[in-house]
Amino acid sequence: MNPDSLAELSGVSKRFATVVALDNFELQVRPAELLAVLGPNGAGKSTAISLLLGLHQPDSGSARLFGDSPLNVATRRKIGVMMQDVALAPELRVREHIELVGSYYPDPLSADDAMTLTATSSLAARPYGKLSGGQKRQVQFAMAIVGRPKLLFLDEPTVGLDIHSRERMWAALRELVHQGVSIILTTHYLEEAEALSDRVVVLAKGRAIASGTVDELRSLVDRKRISCVTSLSPDLVSTWAGVQAVTRDRGRLQITASNADMVVRKLVLADADFRELEVHRAGLAEAFTELTQEAAS
Amino acid sequence: MSATTLATFQGRSSTAEMTNSRLRRAYLTETKYECLRALRAPAFALPFLLLPITLYVLFGILLAGNMSHGDKTIAKIMFVNWSVFGIMGPGMFGFGMFVATERGQGLLTLKRALPAPPAAYLLSKLIMALLFSAIVMASVIAAAALIGHNGISPAQYAGIMFVDTLGSLPFCAIGLFIGTLASAKSAPGFANLAYLPFMHLGGLFYPLPRSVQPLEFLSPAYYLDKLGLRLIAVPSLDQLANGTGPSSQGGPLLEIAVLAAVTVLFTALAVRRLARVG
Repeated sequence: MNPDSLAELSGVSKRFATVVALDNFELQVRPAELLAVLGPNGAGKSTAISLLLGLHQPDSGSARLFGDSPLNVATRRKIGVMMQDVALAPELRVREHIELVGSYYPDPLSADDAMTLTATSSLAARPYGKLSGGQKRQVQFAMAIVGRPKLLFLDEPTVGLDIHSRERMWAALRELVHQGVSIILTTHYLEEAEALSDRVVVLAKGRAIASGTVDELRSLVDRKRISCVTSLSPDLVSTWAGVQAVTRDRGRLQITASNADMVVRKLVLADADFRELEVHRAGLAEAFTELTQEAAS
Repeated sequence: MSATTLATFQGRSSTAEMTNSRLRRAYLTETKYECLRALRAPAFALPFLLLPITLYVLFGILLAGNMSHGDKTIAKIMFVNWSVFGIMGPGMFGFGMFVATERGQGLLTLKRALPAPPAAYLLSKLIMALLFSAIVMASVIAAAALIGHNGISPAQYAGIMFVDTLGSLPFCAIGLFIGTLASAKSAPGFANLAYLPFMHLGGLFYPLPRSVQPLEFLSPAYYLDKLGLRLIAVPSLDQLANGTGPSSQGGPLLEIAVLAAVTVLFTALAVRRLARVG
C-alpha cells in the first residue's frame, strides 16, 4: 500500500459469471484530490467503487481503505457515500434522514450544518418522498458529508440537478477538496470531470486505458477543431495535409486537423473572404471518445 | 458554501473514536425512525393489525361459541390458537416484504457502504415486528376479555401476551430469511408458501387427521400453540378430538428449545446472506 493513498486497488481482478468486470486494475486516491473515474457503461467503474466500499470482494489483488480492509466498520467511518439508484424511506423527513446517517459517525456535523453546506435547509421538514429528483440528489449529498468524511465516494452526483444547483454542488466539491477532503467521482458528464477533477482515470473493458490530469488526457488527442466562414469547398480543404475531416454546417466550414496552425495559414492565403475564425483544442469529451474507441477496436 | 459552516467541517478533529454512547445513539436513532415510518404509513400496517382481531371475533368467538354452545374449554383453545395466528402475519409478511423491498431499492447496499452498525438495521426491524405483535396480542386479548366469555384470568392473559409476543421471533426470523432471498414481488408468495402450511400443520383451526399428525412437528406454530395451551391448561384440538385431554407430562423446554433454534438458525442464515450479498 502506498502510504499516501487513502484508497487503493492493486492488481485487482473481478469476474461476474463469465463477464470480466475488472482485469488487473490499479487505482489510488491521494489526499485532497478529486479523482474522476470515467468509462463507457459496463467498463467496470461501479465494480471498482463497490470493491473499495467492501460491497464485493476481489477475485485476486487487494482493495484497501486507509490501509485497512473496507469491511471494517471503523475504517468506513472515515468515508461518505452517495450512490445511484437508492430509494430512501419516503415517509422520513429530510432532517431525519441526515440525522440518521450522522448517528453512524463518531463526530458528525449537526443536521443543520450539513443542510447549510449543501443548500438544503429549506427542505428540512419535507418528506423525502415529496422531493424532486434533483432535490433528492442534494439531500443524498448532505447525507454523504454529514459524517465529516476524509474521503467521499460520489456516483453521478449531479444527475437530475438544474444548472444552478449543479454549479452550487460543484463549488461545494471544490471547497471540500480545498479543505483536504479527497473525492472519488464517477460521472457521465465529461464537462463535470473537466471542471472539477485533479486527475482522471479512464476505464474500458475492466482496464485503465489512460490516467492523468485533464490536460494530459487532452494532449493524448493531438487534434484541433477549426470553424470559419469561407467560400472554399470542403472537397478542396480535405485534400490539405493534416486535415482529418471537413464538413459544412450552416455556411461554416468545420475542419478537424492535427496541424491547425498550418491549416489556418493556408485558409487565409487561399480565401480573401475568410472570416469568423474559431479554433478549439480537443476537450476531454473528444479525448474520451477517441480513447474508448481505440480500446474497443 | 459559507465560511462558518466550512470551518465546522474542518475545524474539529475527525479522528474521534466511536464511543459506546454514540453507538447506542446509532441503534436508538435507527429504531426511532423505523417506528416513525410505520406510524406515518399506517395503511401498510393496518391489514396486519386488523386481520387477526377480525377473524378471531368472527370465527374464534362468534362461530366457535355458537357451535360449542358456549363451551369454555373451546373458547380458551380458540383464544390461544387465534393468538398464534395473529402474531405469525406481522413477522413473516411484515419482515419479509419490508426487507425484500428495501433490498431491491438499494437501501441495504447503501447501509453496508455507510458505517451503519451492522446489526442496527435488523434490530430496528425486529423491535418494530415485536411492537406489531404486542399490538395484535393486545387487541386479541381485549376482544377475548370483553366478549370471549372464556374464564381466562388476567394473569393467564399476561402470560399469553408475553409468550406470544416473544413467540413471534421465529416467524420474524423466517420472514427475514425469505426477505433476503426473494424480490419484493415474490416475497409475499414465498411467505405464503411457508405461512399457510405452518398455520394448518400447527393444528390451529381444526383437529388434524391422525395420518397428518406426525407432520405437526414441522410447524413452529405447533410449538408456540402448545406453549400457550399449557399456560391456560387446556388440550389442543387434536387432543380434544382424540379424547386424551391436556398433556401433563414434560415441561415446556422442548417447545422453547425448538422455537429458539428456529430463530437462531434463520437469523444466522439471513445475516450471513445480507453481509455477503446485501
